[in-house]
Amino acid sequence: MSIDPTRIRRFQHGSRVPGWDDAVDLTKSPAVVPDPATTPVPAELRAEIEDYMGRYPDFRSAAIPALHAAQRLHGWCSPTALEQVACVMRLTPGYLTAVATFYDMFETEPKGDVYVYVCTNISCSLRGADKIYEAMVAAGGDDPALNVRSFECLGACDIAPMASVGGEYVGPLVEEDCAQIVADVKAGRPVLEAKQLRRLTAAGTRQPPPVDPNPASGPTASGNDVEGQKDM
Amino acid sequence: MQLLYDGIDQPGLNTLAVYRDKRGGYEMLTRALGMEPADVLAELQASGVRGRGGAGFAMGTKASFLPKGDMDKYVVCNADESEPGTFKDRELMQKNPHLLVEGLTIAAYAVGANKAFIFIRGEYELQTSILEAAVAEAKAENLIGGLDLWVHRGAGAYICGEETALLDALEGKRGNPRLKPPFPAVQGLYRGPTLINNVETLMNAPIILRMGGGEFAKIGTERSTGTKVVSVSGCVQRPGNYEVELGIPSREIIFGLAGGPDEGRSIKFWFPGGSSAPVLPGTDEFLDLPYDFESMAKAGSMLGSGAIIVVDDSVPVVDVALKTAKFYRHESCGKCTPCREGTNWTVKMLERIDSGEATPMDLDIMASVCEHIIGNCLCVLGDAMAMPIGSMIKHFRPEFEAHIEAARERVAPGAYVAQVNRGDHAGQTAVLEPTGAGATGGLH
Repeated sequence: MSIDPTRIRRFQHGSRVPGWDDAVDLTKSPAVVPDPATTPVPAELRAEIEDYMGRYPDFRSAAIPALHAAQRLHGWCSPTALEQVACVMRLTPGYLTAVATFYDMFETEPKGDVYVYVCTNISCSLRGADKIYEAMVAAGGDDPALNVRSFECLGACDIAPMASVGGEYVGPLVEEDCAQIVADVKAGRPVLEAKQLRRLTAAGTRQPPPVDPNPASGPTASGNDVEGQKDM
Repeated sequence: MQLLYDGIDQPGLNTLAVYRDKRGGYEMLTRALGMEPADVLAELQASGVRGRGGAGFAMGTKASFLPKGDMDKYVVCNADESEPGTFKDRELMQKNPHLLVEGLTIAAYAVGANKAFIFIRGEYELQTSILEAAVAEAKAENLIGGLDLWVHRGAGAYICGEETALLDALEGKRGNPRLKPPFPAVQGLYRGPTLINNVETLMNAPIILRMGGGEFAKIGTERSTGTKVVSVSGCVQRPGNYEVELGIPSREIIFGLAGGPDEGRSIKFWFPGGSSAPVLPGTDEFLDLPYDFESMAKAGSMLGSGAIIVVDDSVPVVDVALKTAKFYRHESCGKCTPCREGTNWTVKMLERIDSGEATPMDLDIMASVCEHIIGNCLCVLGDAMAMPIGSMIKHFRPEFEAHIEAARERVAPGAYVAQVNRGDHAGQTAVLEPTGAGATGGLH
């Protein structure tokens, strides 16, 4: 059987992948290393980046720490942020754009200040992470102060399903925790203090988790009863 | 047996006041500095300790590959722990950072390196600050001598756990793997000889010196010496890190320590070494295998990073396969075609299974895609997807086929089936409804 072309859906501009054929402005000359005389850089940011540059045999190694610093200051890797880093490091903004777009933690679009990474990888999914992510989006997805994202394994499968709220690992989460996370962030409180990873002792010495031992209400059982084999 | 986890929850262990003053930390470093570097290296080699990051290469042997001489040499600690299911380094670094600093300094002395970096993944913000504080403390007390040691925090990319990609990231570039050889031991960071080791491997160095390499080698099995911190997660009652002697039965870890699956459930399959390891069915034959490098390899899987992910019988295998494949598609750096395209198409084929468009032939195509990835890329990220997916198809083919059939029946025969723009690929742009050949303007 051959493929029926009428059944292949396309985007309005005819492409099957959005954006790949967006025209590039070929007449524009490439950005050069910003001129320090015309590029104001906050003194603290400059000092921090210069400190990083001094740590490595090759100053370019400081690119990632410098972008972290700029993102902390500007909220995202904005053109201004990249230009300031480029100015201090004597690199082209293009070089830094290439780096910033590679790594998941650098935002190349404006985002809320506090990130909420909800892990939706294998181990967390087995514990119902997809529902937590949906609940988190419902609770704080539209909040301009938050940046809610699903994320790959964050390295805390022992507290699955979990999330990282501005670097603070919390779990195991239930759906009701999501509203609490948003409230805690807004109030500037420590997030979900009782569920913070940093308070946990090693697994062998841990108290049994305070969840209902009845498997019918356990996290894996929730959507897993024969009919609902679609928990992941 | 507890070597790394011995008293790990002692309050204040992350400070010198406890680590050095109460527990005698940094004694082994002092002893090492009093020995010839070659003798330290010999102890490490005698211990037979194998890399704990995934590849399982003998640490002492790797260190001995570094050339002798007066050039700039580097030691890099790979703390970019991103393998799904692995979280041992996180706990070790958070609770006992000085052990890592000491181990790293011993390794640097053994190979004659003068600069060292700890490359930690960007998401571990708490652990980064704890490590930085420990390094600052050690520097202030002049414990690490002339070693120029820095903590370098990444920014979120699984591929940076691959050693050459890590080096590129550390040099301030996009984290793309490099062609090997030359191996990092010969030409690594800034083109200098570089020793790269996992956190847990380096933390074993002070322990090896304290016990003596020969004594250390008596723990575990003949070729898998020492203990291993195993991260158990997924469908188990007590997920967490457990330090075990290598070679104990896998059943003892999954059932004894981690409590096994929830009541009324049984194990369908398990990943013995992170999501990159081929899965093993939850039958007695495999659960009774000793947990060590050789036995896992013989069973067709690998010990990898020592992360056991247990999947119980309530979870469809297709869903786990799709999650796994999506992860690797997202994390492929895109440098090599087999991996970039292979991971992408595997995801598409798995999505097709769920939407009722697949035929059993798709399973063979998927297997052949996997076959074409393995061994054909600069690094093993593509292989790391191909191997578990391949093993899932091998062990659970009937279930895949039943899933295909069930999905096809759900979608009535002749019903419209979306061919493209499915899942999270679709983006924000609206799609055209298929209204006939004319509507697409001949752009096929």
